[in-house]
Amino acid sequence: MSTSFSFNLVSDLQSMLQYDFMRHAFEAGTIVAIIAGIIGYFIVLRRSAFAAHALSHIGFAGAAGAVLFGINPIIGLLVFTSGGGFAMAMLGRKAANRDVQIGIVLAFMLGLGVLFISLYSGYATEAYSLLFGEILGISSGDVLVTLVAALVLIVAVGIVYRPLLFTSLDEDVAEAKGVSIFWIGVVFMLLIAVATSIAVQVVGVLLIFALMVTPAAVAQRVARRPAQGIVISVAVALLATWFGLFISFYLPYPVSFFITAATFAAYLVVRGVQGAKVRWVKA
Amino acid sequence: MSSEPVIIAKDLAGGYPGNAVWKGVDFSIKQGEFVAVLGPNGAGKTTLFRMLLGLAQPLGGSISIFGERPQRGNARIGYVPQKHPIDSETGVEALELVRLGLDGNRWGTGMGGGKEMEAALDALLTVGAEELAHRSLGELSGGELQRIFLAEALIGKPDLLLLDEPLANLDMRREADFAQLINRVVRERGVTALLIAHNINPLLSLLDRVIYVANGRITTGTPAEVLNSKVLTDLYGIPIEVLKDSHGRIVIVGMDEAPEHEHHLHH
Repeated sequence: MSTSFSFNLVSDLQSMLQYDFMRHAFEAGTIVAIIAGIIGYFIVLRRSAFAAHALSHIGFAGAAGAVLFGINPIIGLLVFTSGGGFAMAMLGRKAANRDVQIGIVLAFMLGLGVLFISLYSGYATEAYSLLFGEILGISSGDVLVTLVAALVLIVAVGIVYRPLLFTSLDEDVAEAKGVSIFWIGVVFMLLIAVATSIAVQVVGVLLIFALMVTPAAVAQRVARRPAQGIVISVAVALLATWFGLFISFYLPYPVSFFITAATFAAYLVVRGVQGAKVRWVKA
Repeated sequence: MSSEPVIIAKDLAGGYPGNAVWKGVDFSIKQGEFVAVLGPNGAGKTTLFRMLLGLAQPLGGSISIFGERPQRGNARIGYVPQKHPIDSETGVEALELVRLGLDGNRWGTGMGGGKEMEAALDALLTVGAEELAHRSLGELSGGELQRIFLAEALIGKPDLLLLDEPLANLDMRREADFAQLINRVVRERGVTALLIAHNINPLLSLLDRVIYVANGRITTGTPAEVLNSKVLTDLYGIPIEVLKDSHGRIVIVGMDEAPEHEHHLHH
């Protein structure tokens, strides 16, 4: 079995998938990328990126607290992000855009998480994996939890798809047509909460933007139809995740870096190409 | 055009609990009428719309629409609000938004949706915006967006259109074009249209009726009945003069200090 890079990508992939940790990483990474791509599309459409960012930080406190009490961090993540998401939804969409107030809560939650981590052991490894992701440490149990959460999310998005799109694009008309702005807001925040919780395993709370926002921002610039946009958003997130995992197998640097670098590059390329097009049309 | 009224208000009061913006309002609107809703900012024009949409409850009196109490989600009403969360970054195409006017309140993904897309194209055709179907909303001009919103309101084939300041932010030429477009829809389809406006002039020759909201009261009648010095003086309780130029365009002038009315004069 060879672990050095050859230009035969199939045999490279075969050799890395012989390791359980790599197989689990690819499984969880694939599921998370799909979910992040889908939910991310709506996050960008609704301009809720900062709310999503804040939820991941609130989740950090929950995960750290769970570690402290010997509970699976994913439980702490889900409880805190859902609670935070519900609270934000109660404040309403306009309130969810109040970045100063959200930022204040976010900073406190991060501080709380740091306290829990230091109470736990004084070691920084747990904190590090929560903050920056630890995809190579995912167990088969984690993969199962991720899969179940992902399936629930996909079904939920399938159900609320049209009202969610409607409230995102034309809230007042949707309300007049009988859509409950409040409940769609609650459901959406809970969707972000669950998506964030499972995505933290891959990129960590600090880098959640890279998977939940950047691919969707690329899609938003390219796609005209929502279905198309979601497919592109998922594709960018997937390719970046696979690329990151593949490269990191050969290089001693964090997977998170390669994933964030890949999505960032995709965003730059799209902006660059579109910018050039605009200049070319105007010239 | 049937003579049955589609909207009947009796001793109606609107506003916030404990703080009526207007009260003692009686009027009726017939099917197929083109009606402008006029009055200064904050007089409660949008409040009237929200009541018709079932989003606000009367503080007193009663209002009926198609013989029933207003209810949210009434498919017979097409609505164009004043504000839309669309900016230059919105990449979604116009056709998709128009389609949501038909089935955006239903659960599920509505994938496929050939029938809905056909209806959306049809609605765009009605407002003369079929060439905008696949353009992204973010790159459309204010006038183009208004036509898209009108198509979104028309896709469900409503009997009543509520348009909240669709002429705001349009230049004078587009204002006139858009007023003609709404008039055509009203006449061809027998739709009743209520349109909140600040500048009456592009609408004056097209209107059947005016609803004037000011000073805690609402007065209705034909433009000639309402937009004259006597009625407006009585409504505001201060001297008001309505002046006409050689083309029949009117200017409403408050003779004394009337700060809440000043914005109305600059046309």
